[in-house]
Amino acid sequence: MTSMLSIQNLHATVADKPILKGVTLDVPAGQVHAIMGPNGAGKSTLSYVLSGRGGYEVTEGSATLNGEDLLALEPNERAAKGVFLSFQYPLEIPGVPALTFIRTALNAQRRARGEDEIAAPAFLKLAKEKAAALKIDFDMLKRGLNVGFSGGEKKRMEILQMAMLSPKFLILDETDSGLDIDALKIVSEGVNALRAPDRGMLVITHYQRLLDYIKPDRVHVLAAGRIVASGGPELAHQLEAEGYDKYTVAA
Amino acid sequence: MTLATALKTGDLTQLPSRRDEDWRWTDLRGLIRQVPPASPAFDDDVAAGPFDGLAADEILFVNGRQRHAAASGAGEVVALRFVSATEGTAHAAAYAIVVEPDTTLVLLESHEGQAGGYFSDVTLDIAVGEGARVERIVLVDDDAEAIDVVTAEVDLAPGATFNQTVLTAGARRQRIETRVNHPGAHANVRLDGVYALAAQRHADQTTIVTHGGVDGVTSQLTKGVVDDQARGVFQGRIVVQPGADQTDARMGHHALILSDKAEVDAKPELLIFADDVACAHGNTIGALDDEQIFYARQRGIPEAEARAMLTQAFLGEVVERIEHEGARAVATAWVAARLGRAE
Repeated sequence: MTSMLSIQNLHATVADKPILKGVTLDVPAGQVHAIMGPNGAGKSTLSYVLSGRGGYEVTEGSATLNGEDLLALEPNERAAKGVFLSFQYPLEIPGVPALTFIRTALNAQRRARGEDEIAAPAFLKLAKEKAAALKIDFDMLKRGLNVGFSGGEKKRMEILQMAMLSPKFLILDETDSGLDIDALKIVSEGVNALRAPDRGMLVITHYQRLLDYIKPDRVHVLAAGRIVASGGPELAHQLEAEGYDKYTVAA
Repeated sequence: MTLATALKTGDLTQLPSRRDEDWRWTDLRGLIRQVPPASPAFDDDVAAGPFDGLAADEILFVNGRQRHAAASGAGEVVALRFVSATEGTAHAAAYAIVVEPDTTLVLLESHEGQAGGYFSDVTLDIAVGEGARVERIVLVDDDAEAIDVVTAEVDLAPGATFNQTVLTAGARRQRIETRVNHPGAHANVRLDGVYALAAQRHADQTTIVTHGGVDGVTSQLTKGVVDDQARGVFQGRIVVQPGADQTDARMGHHALILSDKAEVDAKPELLIFADDVACAHGNTIGALDDEQIFYARQRGIPEAEARAMLTQAFLGEVVERIEHEGARAVATAWVAARLGRAE
């Protein structure tokens, strides 16, 4: 099976401090891989390096999506190629209604790919459909993006954007943080609805709980900037029972 | 000490200078080396104004001379246009508006530079009768080399409402001043401003609100962005006279600086000589939030577009307070165009 996301020996620093120290990981199309690990292992750094946030310097290694070098691209170019990062803490954007924000993003991506912009009626129909599936009150989409939203509402808004933008590769950074059990179910259903043979996912989480709802094909343990163990879904349960101690000591 | 006096007399010492406390950031004396020739009469057609089609009546000044009076004089929505149509000449105009008690007026005022490097001085007197309601929207679209001073003196009767929004892109040097004599007495004032400045443009929005009696409300919100080497000035003074108890006055000024060489000077002043008043002011000057920009870029929006979108949203808070729907749409599109965005 050819991999969709391929990370080879990735090293990255933040303010000259090494955080990723040789991450190698392949996620084939159609699969969901989970990355688990203790706090400070570099989980969020990995998601930011892949999405191109400033302040992270790649010192060695590579990351490609369908064979294309991601690291050479601007963040918005990576998005147009299909990389979507669901933020652990989604930003509030006062004065920009969610609908405007999503339509601007969708059309920018389409332009970057040489496609036509989406017509307003088709966009609204799509937004209504996807919002209903995620139990988001449509009127919320007319207010400033995420402004005054609860943690659960913000995460649902991330999934809505994901569903509207239809990316090829999803990175979910601690999507379960701050969610109660009902919100977790809605968010997980939204993510599961996006599982497809031509789409890959990287689910980053500290806890096994999320993986009861979003079932991974593979589980990797990231500790001290390296993948130190990989296995099937059973690895997540083992971590839940035993904790990360043996990996942090070994690292 | 006014530009109008200097234009009339040719005496440069009549110009306000940085030694005048209220003009220290908008020095005209130091800038102007000689008074340009008086503007000629201009009888050709002028291009349509920014509020074209929204007002039943139009009052048009070209090069300081009044061309039409309002058709009926009784319209609820009136366009008041000051057009500068000749390059490198100077003119001054004065106009008075009396709003009868218990009537409504929407004043769509525009200052339009249809030539380069002119000097313009406009003085307005606006008297708002008891219980009357006025919304004044001022769109100032000057030439980059123009010198423009607009001064409005507003007198409110008890129970009057006066809402104002000034939008400007600046000029070589520009001052838009509003003085409001607030009687208290359940009169209500909203004084808002927007500036979007680039290149070497300068804009000064100065307001002075004097609360002279009990139970008055003033709410002010000015927001601006400055780029390149532009300079924005905000001076807001609220005076609460002895006896003007129960005054409720709030002032906010917030600016974004988009370039290292741009500058914003702000002076909010509350001078309170009464007891039992609620007065507050807030003033912030900062840059766009890098986290918000990355978030937008991660969703596929290119950096320049993300910056323009966030800047427009920042100014949008003021534009949305415009009540007249047509004028609000014009203002929204105008701000978007200043920021290089199509609406």
